[in-house]
Amino acid sequence: MNNFIEINNVSKTYGNYKALNNISIKVPRQSIYGLLGPNGAGKTTLIRMLNQITAPDEGEIIFNGEKLNRSHISQIGYLPEERGLYKSMKVGEQAIYLAQLKGVSQKEAEKRLKAWFNKFGILNWWDKKVEELSKGMQQKIQFIVTVIHNPQLLIFDEPFSGFDPINVNLLKKEILELRDKGATIIFSTHNMSSVEELCDNIMLINKGQKILEGSVYQIKQDFKDNKFEIRLRIEGESNSQIFKFSDSQVLPDGFVLESEKTDSNGELELIVSADKDINPNILINYLSEQGTIISYRELLPSMNDIFINKVNNCRDVSHTYK
Amino acid sequence: MNNFSIILKREYLTRVKKRSFLIITFLGPLLFAALMITPSLLMLNSDKMESKKSIAVLDETNWFEGAIENTDANTFIYQDINENIDSLKKFVFEGIYDAILYIPATSLNVPVNAKLYSNKQIPMTLSSHIEREMKQVVEHKKLLASGIDPAVVKATKANINIATIRMDSESGEKTSYAELEYIIGFVLAFVIYFAVFLFSSQVMRGVIEEKTNRIIEVIISSVKPFELMMGKIVGIALVGLTQIVLWIVLTVAIYFVASGVILGPEIMSPSGTVMTEQIEQITEMSKGQDVMLEAVNMVQSINFSAILWSFLLYFVFGYLLYAALFAAIGGMVDNETDSNQFSTIVSIPLIIAIVCAPTMVNNPDTSLGIWLSMIPFTSPISMMLRVPFGVPYWQVAVSLVLLILTFILITWLAGKIYRTGILMYGKKPSFKEIWKWMRY
Repeated sequence: MNNFIEINNVSKTYGNYKALNNISIKVPRQSIYGLLGPNGAGKTTLIRMLNQITAPDEGEIIFNGEKLNRSHISQIGYLPEERGLYKSMKVGEQAIYLAQLKGVSQKEAEKRLKAWFNKFGILNWWDKKVEELSKGMQQKIQFIVTVIHNPQLLIFDEPFSGFDPINVNLLKKEILELRDKGATIIFSTHNMSSVEELCDNIMLINKGQKILEGSVYQIKQDFKDNKFEIRLRIEGESNSQIFKFSDSQVLPDGFVLESEKTDSNGELELIVSADKDINPNILINYLSEQGTIISYRELLPSMNDIFINKVNNCRDVSHTYK
Repeated sequence: MNNFSIILKREYLTRVKKRSFLIITFLGPLLFAALMITPSLLMLNSDKMESKKSIAVLDETNWFEGAIENTDANTFIYQDINENIDSLKKFVFEGIYDAILYIPATSLNVPVNAKLYSNKQIPMTLSSHIEREMKQVVEHKKLLASGIDPAVVKATKANINIATIRMDSESGEKTSYAELEYIIGFVLAFVIYFAVFLFSSQVMRGVIEEKTNRIIEVIISSVKPFELMMGKIVGIALVGLTQIVLWIVLTVAIYFVASGVILGPEIMSPSGTVMTEQIEQITEMSKGQDVMLEAVNMVQSINFSAILWSFLLYFVFGYLLYAALFAAIGGMVDNETDSNQFSTIVSIPLIIAIVCAPTMVNNPDTSLGIWLSMIPFTSPISMMLRVPFGVPYWQVAVSLVLLILTFILITWLAGKIYRTGILMYGKKPSFKEIWKWMRY
């Protein structure tokens, strides 16, 4: 089995509201999978189904080759978007309680917890009440509790919302480490930079519909609009400051100059869009004759751009239906 | 350990270990014991504090000489009829007498206007004692004056005692004691009423706490909402039982220890007045053997095992029924303020049952009483009121079956409302939405 999770044609309706419409995804083993979408898109519904808090009306979920059932609960770690702890309970007692509910024995839980607390340098919190801790401290505890039973599948719903930057970094580091140790990770987020940083694959959903799915690399390739940024210095020309390509219109066929500007160092920055399937080497060869190329890069769309673009497109479509 | 017992353990231990639980559990018995001990302590001390009083009696009618009985605290000293009241008053200030009882000359047909002079406040018991004694003397004299032998009057005094006997086709005839049944029924019904309210609302608060903490989603990703709900309900039931048992045990213990320490020496000392008084009481009681017999009959007439069993069953299922309802309410709302509307509606049957209680104990077999003790939402209280008076077995059976069936139905529905409600934040649901949740 190459896919740790397979969601096949899952739908869920609340009254007249279709929360999920025929969603199918495949999450490869030992990868990080991002669920993206605006608020109310259906991400939390999908995550709750994986946690068996709700059941799909139609479709099925396959967990590690088996149909999802309650025996899988101890193999799933879940950090919900709405998260908290019992305020008046002691940190250690509470962590043991939550670990026990995931099937870890009291003794084993205490041993593992002490190791984690030690790792994070928070052993002296053990006998404190949760209400005595700051929010950032509570987040550390919540993270530990999520992973304490060594789950094979980790689900984080908006893990970075409400975390302070130090904890966000800690969390990112731990997520990558957990994947490298063999866990499969699903998380939903609005934080697009973290998607590019962490995710191997993503799905974009909106209003219960899947809009986009695939690896982050492939999606970026699919959405690029063949734009290049070239920086070069025109040698020999003393008046390089006023040299402009737009005056001479001399780019090779298939390339269109989008913009150009000269910075204070006398370097020229060009944005060029190219026809599809044209070899960018033609442009580079041409430009290298004009001056010294300092840098060259393809402009790939950010996940943020793709996200906004796709969601807005959906909105336009639904507008036209009205 | 399965999830249910892990939850149960937490719900129980976190509550029992709370400082407020410990304070209430230990302060309660102290208060109860104080309530029980204080009266006897006061009585003892008042006896000790009340110094002996000597009262001079100036009796111008000459009727009362020797007729007013001396008591432990009061001695009456009869003065010569020619003594001057004003000179006697001086003795009060000099401390020779504590008071003067002045009875001016009068005739039988005129009310006696006695006066009691003192420079200190006269105890109520003293003046009423004198009144009572004087009344007897005057009544006696009046009877004689109208030619009636007082002994005849005494002989005509009637003493009537109606024994109520309930006929039962199975166990034959049985004397019933309505007063005792009344008290037992009332006390047990009230215990159920308060315990159901107290502990069900704790269940609700527990559910709301988990919602406002936002820990709920973590927990129900590990256990079924129904397991969590039942673990909480049963855990809190055990907290309640622990508290009640501790209260009883501690109250009794504190009562005995405290009465040993505070009242003990008096009881132990052979010259102590309490001891002799008690012995007198006992000998007096043995004189009235029929009183004792009556008491034994009374106690034996009560079917304690039936009462105990029905109390346990109605207590447990009544609590479970309401706890499930309150758990559902807790699941629906975000904070306790929002819960008021729902919990008021849910508590109406309990309040109706307790409001009807006085009418019901006066006449337990009216149709009102029978209906209320059948309807599952009122039966834990209403049936408990009736059980000590004796209720046909089929009625108890039907009422219990109805209660248990309703409990199962309500728990099932409450579980559905709870399951959906605990994941809803931010707004109070409408009744329409709740209806929808029940059908998911």
